[in-house]
Amino acid sequence: MGGLNAPRLRRWLPEISMAVALVILPFVFDTWLGSVDLFTRILIWGIFGLGFDLLFGRTGLLSFGQGAFYGTGGFVTAYLLTSGTLDNVWLAIAAGIAAAAAFSVFVGFLALRRVGIYFAMITLAFGELSYFLENSPLAKWTGGENGLPGVPAPSIQIGGFDYSFAGSWPSYQLVAGFYFVGFVFARFVVLSPVGSVLTAIRQNPERTAALGHDVRAYKLAVFVLAAVFAGCGGAMLGIFQSYMPPDAFTLDTSGQLVIQTVIGGAGTLIGPTVGAAIWLTLRDLLQLVPHVGELWKFILGFVLVVLITFMPHGAVGTIVRLISRSRPLPPAVTASKRPEDATAREALLAPLPAKAPITTPAPLALEVSDISKAYGGIRAVERVSLALPEGRFHAIIGPNGAGKSTFLRLLAREETPDSGRILLHGIDVAAADVTAAYQAGMAKSYQINQLFIELTVRENLRIGALGRQRGRLRLDIFRSANGFAKVEEVVAALLEELGLTGCADVAVTTLAYGEKRRLELGLALVSRPSVLLLDEPLAGLSPAEREGIKQLIRNLSKGRTIILVEHDMDAVFELAERITVLHEGRKLAEGTPKEISNDPLVKQAYLGGMATP
Amino acid sequence: MPTLPQFLSQAFNGIALGSLLALIASGLSIILGTLGVLNFAHGAMFMLGAYTAFVVLGHWDSFAAALALGAVVLVLVGLVTERGLIRFYYSRPKEDQILVTFGLGIMMIEAVRYVFGSLSQPVPLPSWGRGIVNLGFFIYPLYRVEVIGIVAVLLFSFYLLLYRTRIGLVVRAGIEDPLMVELLGTHVRRVFMVVFTIGAMAAGIAGVIYAPLAAVIPNMGEPFLVQCFVVVVIGGLGSFPGAVVGGIVVGEILSLTTLFDPSYAQAAIYAVMTLVLIVRPRGLFGTMGRA
Repeated sequence: MGGLNAPRLRRWLPEISMAVALVILPFVFDTWLGSVDLFTRILIWGIFGLGFDLLFGRTGLLSFGQGAFYGTGGFVTAYLLTSGTLDNVWLAIAAGIAAAAAFSVFVGFLALRRVGIYFAMITLAFGELSYFLENSPLAKWTGGENGLPGVPAPSIQIGGFDYSFAGSWPSYQLVAGFYFVGFVFARFVVLSPVGSVLTAIRQNPERTAALGHDVRAYKLAVFVLAAVFAGCGGAMLGIFQSYMPPDAFTLDTSGQLVIQTVIGGAGTLIGPTVGAAIWLTLRDLLQLVPHVGELWKFILGFVLVVLITFMPHGAVGTIVRLISRSRPLPPAVTASKRPEDATAREALLAPLPAKAPITTPAPLALEVSDISKAYGGIRAVERVSLALPEGRFHAIIGPNGAGKSTFLRLLAREETPDSGRILLHGIDVAAADVTAAYQAGMAKSYQINQLFIELTVRENLRIGALGRQRGRLRLDIFRSANGFAKVEEVVAALLEELGLTGCADVAVTTLAYGEKRRLELGLALVSRPSVLLLDEPLAGLSPAEREGIKQLIRNLSKGRTIILVEHDMDAVFELAERITVLHEGRKLAEGTPKEISNDPLVKQAYLGGMATP
Repeated sequence: MPTLPQFLSQAFNGIALGSLLALIASGLSIILGTLGVLNFAHGAMFMLGAYTAFVVLGHWDSFAAALALGAVVLVLVGLVTERGLIRFYYSRPKEDQILVTFGLGIMMIEAVRYVFGSLSQPVPLPSWGRGIVNLGFFIYPLYRVEVIGIVAVLLFSFYLLLYRTRIGLVVRAGIEDPLMVELLGTHVRRVFMVVFTIGAMAAGIAGVIYAPLAAVIPNMGEPFLVQCFVVVVIGGLGSFPGAVVGGIVVGEILSLTTLFDPSYAQAAIYAVMTLVLIVRPRGLFGTMGRA
């Protein structure tokens, strides 16, 4: 226990509090509400809800079909035990959970092809599908409308000692044990890099993908994880009631889970449990009131509508927000001391070496040949080529609608060119996605800020750094999100370079526009890219702020290949070594700033009568 | 193997059910397409229409009165819902919109349960709908034939409204690009109110027509809501032709699968939905771009 210092205590405080609550609360229920069973029921919903909160509260995926996995877990466990296929209840529970997970891989693969409204509709449809399957085609095994009675409780045997979990208090112990393990596990997920990525996906899935994270894969991972919790909850239900009811599969079940989560507070882990406590206690208490009892569900519907309208963070969420407003989120535990030394910062932020094929002579950093992109009849980019050696600072200018931003989107692999090749350090990335391009060392800052606005500045940068550090997908849930020493060092150095150290641990929403703009640039730099695409970094800034950003770009351009798209001609001619002029999707001219400013074609098409520097 | 008359009779059932689904789904789909709101209370609105028919037809043998009153009730419900609640949600996340309409649907169902009880209650057929009709190869309940006719007329008027009127033009333009419509000087929010009301009315009228075919029960709208989701996924978001074709397709799949093995009827529509999702994620008539 020697190592239980303040930060570690803080890390484990929720788990300790939960353990205490799980010991005390059942007595409260037993004393005031007549039986511990109500609390057992709440915890079964709570297990189900822990997974749903990771899915919906964390990642923002609103599924209306979680009953499918709750039912699958419950029925597979119940069938294996009641049919005599398995004697060991623990094994049957494991099999039920595995079946729920397997089913969720299939459903998730299909449902996650779409987002938002479609995701909700498709998951709901699969929930209904599983209800119908249980009810008739599979009725031979599931008992159809009758469900499966006689599910036995597990027991433990150590030596001659035999303890069965049948009965009111023992089954509470069983469910509470599973709940506690689930809670600890879910906390690990939330605090891990995976938890950070899931939060980032909720806030801005496109940017998360552009920062090197495989969004589809992470979504599928959390979908399966939620199904594991659901399957476990379903298994507990069957064991607790000694009976597995078919209505575990219904829309009512999935809907009740959603409502409980919203009432309790999404994104708080215990929110669904609190919501279940409110729901089930209210139902039991309202039944006792004459004439009102029948209306309990109406009242809950009303409460849901009122809560969504006026208190979208739910009961727990509102309390958490009140508390965390007075207490800033803890800074990274392993963050090194403030990197004051400019040379040290430069070393930390230097581009990572690219994984280039071993060829001689060294390939170009970026080689674009004849890429084209048309939208219907509009040819946004037509047969544009560009060859940049390592370390080149290149600018692209052109009038509005010339295809500059489209060109950058094609390079960053946010869009796929209709034809042409893009070689990044000699590797063809024309068929890769934006995530792969980022992993290969290309990053982009956006014309319109693409930030994770509810996260702090440091957390924003961390998302980008973790993307390069951990690769497209890694399920390192037992690591801490701030436990990568190298990432923390780079982030701290970059914060200093951006001049954002002072506001590192405040939420992005509170930043001024100029600060957000610098953070946007920082998100493109935090992976230490070798090729950097800058889409109008100076847009919307004051002259003083422009100077600051220009200086920043200059500082960080060393050793990097940069493509700058910018309307501020002074900045372009000052920073760029070479300039390409695009006009109506085609390359009009290319040369040194001096050549461009003297080119008669360019003057005519673009600069017009403007004085040249 | 089923005989030809059995097959034809089920195919006819498929059209009757499918046309009703088309009517409900087109209401859901234009609300979704125009407002961007997935109305989870749509099934409950269908149920409210059915209960209106239950009350009216239980007292008078006037189907016209039931239709009219059903329309009026749902227009009022639609107006109050949009003005009182939905309009505050246009700038909220999609998930909040889903949750609030879900809660609203529960309130409607539970209110009806409180007033009329949980039990299923039969609704009498209108006098002109009783009896059977001989369609050459097979005999068929008269009311079902009439349902197909009535719904065809309603869908056609819906079509005229959407494709031949000013408001229809604005609605269709709004489905393509709501921001642009607003910029062109049309007050989109007012159109939203009208569209929500029309969508609610479509669900309610479908409920009135459906009630005599089966019995009324408070949660009767739920399977229809889910089937409408399948219709919208198959037909494509915001597409009126998609809702009609998708509705008929789903109706036929349900009916014809029942002919061979009723226990797989529901599973079959989800299988087709899955296929559409894989082969053509935007749906048969949908456009890319909207979520």
